[in-house]
Amino acid sequence: MAIVGVGHSKFGDRRDVSLPELAFEAAKPAFQDANLTPKDVDFLSVGIAGTWYEDFLPAVLVSEYLGLEGKGLVRCEAACATGSAALVTACNMIRGGQSDVAMALGVEKMFGIDGPTMTEVIGRAGYYLWEFHNFGMTFPGYYALYATEHMKRYGTTEKQLAEVAVKNHKYGALNPNAHFQRPLTLQDALSSRVVAWPLKLYDCCPVSDGAAAVIVASEEKAKSLTDSPVWVEATGISSDTANITKRGDLLGLRASVNAAQSAFKKAHVQPKQLDVADVHDCFTIAEILAYEDLGFCERGKGGQMIDEGQTEIGGKIPVNLDGGLKSKGHPLGATGTSMIVGLTRQLRNQAGKSQAPIKNGLALAHNVGGTGHYCYVTILRS
Amino acid sequence: MTLNQPKAARKTRPLTFASEIPTQKLSEFWSRLEKGELCASKCSKCGYTSFPPVADCPRCLNSEPKWVKLDGTGEIESFTRIAIKPASFAGQATYTVVLVKMKEGVRVLAWLNDAKPDDVKVGARVSLVTGISEYGPSYAFTLRPE
Repeated sequence: MAIVGVGHSKFGDRRDVSLPELAFEAAKPAFQDANLTPKDVDFLSVGIAGTWYEDFLPAVLVSEYLGLEGKGLVRCEAACATGSAALVTACNMIRGGQSDVAMALGVEKMFGIDGPTMTEVIGRAGYYLWEFHNFGMTFPGYYALYATEHMKRYGTTEKQLAEVAVKNHKYGALNPNAHFQRPLTLQDALSSRVVAWPLKLYDCCPVSDGAAAVIVASEEKAKSLTDSPVWVEATGISSDTANITKRGDLLGLRASVNAAQSAFKKAHVQPKQLDVADVHDCFTIAEILAYEDLGFCERGKGGQMIDEGQTEIGGKIPVNLDGGLKSKGHPLGATGTSMIVGLTRQLRNQAGKSQAPIKNGLALAHNVGGTGHYCYVTILRS
Repeated sequence: MTLNQPKAARKTRPLTFASEIPTQKLSEFWSRLEKGELCASKCSKCGYTSFPPVADCPRCLNSEPKWVKLDGTGEIESFTRIAIKPASFAGQATYTVVLVKMKEGVRVLAWLNDAKPDDVKVGARVSLVTGISEYGPSYAFTLRPE
């Protein structure tokens, strides 16, 4: 199946709109991009990760607001990979012959809840009883454990972590939908306050509000709708333990390795063939791990890759040209579909100043849920 | 695009709750912890050893665990210091969380107490202590003198 329409809201502090109003900001441009109306869509999968909404069934509010009542509907959740789970679900409806045109819409609102409470909710992303109840783990704390181990084993430095933030802010500054549209200096990144040592404020993505929508269609339908379909070539899906104690070493995310291998195998693609990628940089260390887990470089060489500028435009594989979670923002449920929106625009050569050279027509989205609890790797082809 | 913030935000009705933690199937684990022993579970059929403990074996689906008392010594595999804290830990000083590889092979995550930041290192040897907190039985590590 192919992507025939994409839409993206402005990410950031969006307390000016309700959840369905925010979803509308992504859905409307997606409909327009595909030259379709709500009546043409027969299935909606809504990605919402949050459990904090005043509404118990927020996906239904979204569906009604988009004029999709009566259509097939499901809410998907896979933590921060929720948007990818929504896309896979929409694609599977088409693959299974139950839908011709389906929309995957990721949306999240995180502002309006005070910081310590949000830290509390998200900090419970491991196994509450064994990691939070007595020990108060936080989401940055989990990635800090990965960072500490990676730094010890491979000599990865705080400066290399900061370089990831600087790169992603550089590209985020060019993205009109990004939460932070401003460059960041290495000095500012390195001198920011500690959140969970060794991770500092600028090693962490922000909490954000936002929505992103993707319309997918069957091959036959896609060819009748557009001259420039973007094919969903393959998706690899994996998971890992809730308890961090039950994982292997903390030098990479096993779920990422497994999901990536599965996706590359199914698509008959190798990492070096990719023109561009979005990887899950919820923390700077996460982007370094992703380079290694996805096979962009050897294990332990992720820090060197950022040092050498290999993941910028003109490098071996440009990564996170939309600003990544770090600068574009990370509205949990919307991130997976946001990656697909950005990469679709890349493959269509519509990415403006952040356009990567497209040679093979291949892009990869790497979307991690939790701290490696879920991973979805999607390969797109133009 | 400029966003118009409402002058006084309207709030929803508050909603708070605390769930009950079931302890029946791991009652042996909890009662031994209260006596100062931290145990891993070991499947009586296939030998799968687990910390945190499980009542039901995910390998062979047997539901009769045995208990292995952990000796309490291990090495720090990784650590972090939590400076930005969750709401229910507000007021707590910055705390150090360590992931420890125990002598028996399982890993335990807990706080490292009474340690100077410079002394906390990957590979440092630690000992387990148990106790009762406001929220029930708990455990932590301390550095072992070199």
